[in-house]
Amino acid sequence: MTKAIAVAGLHKSFGRTHALDGLDLAVEAGEVHGFLGPNGSGKSTTIRVLLGLLRADSGTARLLGRDPWADAVDLHRHVAYVPGDVTLWRNLSGGEVIDLYGRLRGGRLDPARRRDLVARFELDPTKKGRTYSKGNRQKVALVAAFASDVDVLILDEPTSGLDPLMEEVFQDCVKEERDRGRTVLLSSHLLSEVESLCDRVSIIRRGRTVETGSLAELRHLTRTSVTAELASAPAGLTHLPGVHDLDVRGRHVKLQVDTDKLDAVLRSLTASGVRSLTSTPPTLEELFLRHYTGAEEVAAR
Amino acid sequence: MTGPAAVPATAARRKGPGDELAGTGALLRLALRRDRVLIPVWAIALGGLVASGASTLEKVYPTAAQRADVARSMSGNGSLRALYGPVFGDSSGALTAWRFGGFGCVLAAVMSLLIVVRHTREEEETGRQELLSSAMVGRRAPLTSALLAAFVADAAVASIVTAGLAESTGNAAGSAALGLTIGAIGMLFAAMAAIMAQLTESARLAKGLTGAVLGAAFLLRAAGDTATRDASSVLDHLSPLGWAENVRPYAGERWWVLLLVVATALAQGAVAYVLAGRRDIGMSFVPPRPGPAEGRITTAYGLAWRLQRGGVLGWAVGFALAGLLFGRMADGAAALVGDNARTREIIQRMGGQSGLTDAFLATMVGMLGMVAALYAVSSVLRLHGEETDGRAEPVLAASVGRVRWAAGHLVIAFGGAALIMTVGGLGLAAGHGGDAGPLLGAALVQLPAIWTLSGLAVLLYGAFPRLAPGALGVVSLCLALGWIGPALNLPAAVLDVSPFGHLPKLPGVGMAWSPVLLLTALAAVLTGAGVGALRRRDVVG
Repeated sequence: MTKAIAVAGLHKSFGRTHALDGLDLAVEAGEVHGFLGPNGSGKSTTIRVLLGLLRADSGTARLLGRDPWADAVDLHRHVAYVPGDVTLWRNLSGGEVIDLYGRLRGGRLDPARRRDLVARFELDPTKKGRTYSKGNRQKVALVAAFASDVDVLILDEPTSGLDPLMEEVFQDCVKEERDRGRTVLLSSHLLSEVESLCDRVSIIRRGRTVETGSLAELRHLTRTSVTAELASAPAGLTHLPGVHDLDVRGRHVKLQVDTDKLDAVLRSLTASGVRSLTSTPPTLEELFLRHYTGAEEVAAR
Repeated sequence: MTGPAAVPATAARRKGPGDELAGTGALLRLALRRDRVLIPVWAIALGGLVASGASTLEKVYPTAAQRADVARSMSGNGSLRALYGPVFGDSSGALTAWRFGGFGCVLAAVMSLLIVVRHTREEEETGRQELLSSAMVGRRAPLTSALLAAFVADAAVASIVTAGLAESTGNAAGSAALGLTIGAIGMLFAAMAAIMAQLTESARLAKGLTGAVLGAAFLLRAAGDTATRDASSVLDHLSPLGWAENVRPYAGERWWVLLLVVATALAQGAVAYVLAGRRDIGMSFVPPRPGPAEGRITTAYGLAWRLQRGGVLGWAVGFALAGLLFGRMADGAAALVGDNARTREIIQRMGGQSGLTDAFLATMVGMLGMVAALYAVSSVLRLHGEETDGRAEPVLAASVGRVRWAAGHLVIAFGGAALIMTVGGLGLAAGHGGDAGPLLGAALVQLPAIWTLSGLAVLLYGAFPRLAPGALGVVSLCLALGWIGPALNLPAAVLDVSPFGHLPKLPGVGMAWSPVLLLTALAAVLTGAGVGALRRRDVVG
């Protein structure tokens, strides 16, 4: 399968700030890829390198197999981008801007698709740039992107400012894009959004990729919480590998265990006789918090 | 009644006119902190230039007899009066007021209008004001702090001018009159900008309209001074810049005229205050009209034209009017000139020799050219604004190359300069009568110099984007050299810094092709280098 986006060992500094420090990112053609990381971890910098707006100091970046810096103009025919903070020209109407972006991407927008999107996003295209709220400015860019006939959508926190109803419309649109075989790179902080849309995710921290894989694979790397009431006091739990935060009060046990070590723990518990047991798989939030707070610890050091 | 509706009584007790100004002190500190470089640079450069005027002039005209001769000859020349106003005395102070006063007033006005719009409408346009106003900030506090910031800057200019000239001329009253006039004109245009900032939704438009008023005031004064030798024309009485010269520093100061300037500034400030108190934040009094639901802009060129067309057309109208006015004044200006060797020498340096009418027209064409350079460079800087405001990024993320994106704006900057100079030249010809060819040619010969400065702006923007706004400083320097340079006996090396100094002074002299072609080539090289650098650098987010 061809890679829609292939980034390897990317470095980019702004003065003394090292924004990207050997970042890797691989997005397969046709997948929706979540791009996650704390604020300031380098997500937008990566995206701007992929758009040919910034030139990487070293490393390679390939978009649809081509160099985004050298082939920017021709590549952009196949790419639609939605920034996290959309700025519009104060004296142009939203409709004018939508059509402008469509044409600047090298073709007219499909009128039926455009009409449909404007209606679904409940956007008034006759208002002028300055009079739109943040969410509505975001909708202008989203309509222009979804109505474009492109292969790759690069969305940088595209739903900031959208209300929950519009968030749902957005998720439907992304699913439609995937069904048409388009590739989507979605940078987001909304974990529910990532969970429901993304086939695979990459988590970056301080300019490096720290995890990448499908959600199932990532879950596997984290801990499961186990609470149990036993027939007799437990024995030997402390010595088991992968057990954390063990809390034993008489016959009541609470613990966290690395998900791939779960089996041994359950065997040990059943040896003492299990009266009741709850086991909670890791939530996506826990997955991210592990990385996000880890970043702060590193920064604090 | 109890519960969450209860508000601490202090808020209710303090309600009154003072509430509207709550937070002014904090906002003023913020404004001065943000302008900690801008205001001192302006105040020292502008104040210092005027303050050094007397000693500069004494070096050029060391004896009282020479100064008397200069005063006589200068006040006899219409084109010089159009530029500097009339001479009211032959002391070094009076000559300073004549040569530097008008210049100082215009620059103080520009400085003040920039400061006021920057801290009022620009803050609202960027959305920063919203957050500030959500704190304990009164409705009129932003306007008050902006006017106070302008006042600080104007007071600094006035103090430097007064102190410097009192030292070198020994005439404290005259020096105070000149310093206060410059400061008061600054505040008059600060208050004018405050009104425009209430009436328009865009900071650019607010600056443009205030600048247009300033331009009109200059034209009225120039026309009035060409028509009369003592600034007594009705046209002078209509222009705040005409009032400024009627204060007559060092020549029997008329303090009541200064009071008129101050009173007008206060009245305008009051209007702005009333407007500010009745207005929604971020809005103007004109509700925004809906636009088309579907767009017809298809290219980067179309977008650039749509963004800049208002500006180009506004400048074209201004140039047509200025051309008509100067054209009509040309014959009268020549008739008033006395036959004096000194005058002829000055005119030679300023505008060529064959015929005083031609000299006047050549001077005016040169003025239009330098002002057109301001247009062209600020039009080039639209690229910088689009990029730093984040609007360039999505356009460049579409299938638009940087060269094509930049070319869209550059065509308008370079072509727009050609357009407004054409219109200005035709206006001159229409006002003066006779064959339009020579005047149109004279206007178009300015273009290589305009384009050279625009090319410099492109290079700065492409290679050193943070320094790009400095291109306007270079244009201002050239304006200053062209405006107050010629009579100061500045060394040729200094005057040659300005590309305008190299152009043939058409009409009236022979066409010289080599400087025109060289400057055109230089402009092309600078522009090419700038666009090349833009292709290679990061887009600023």
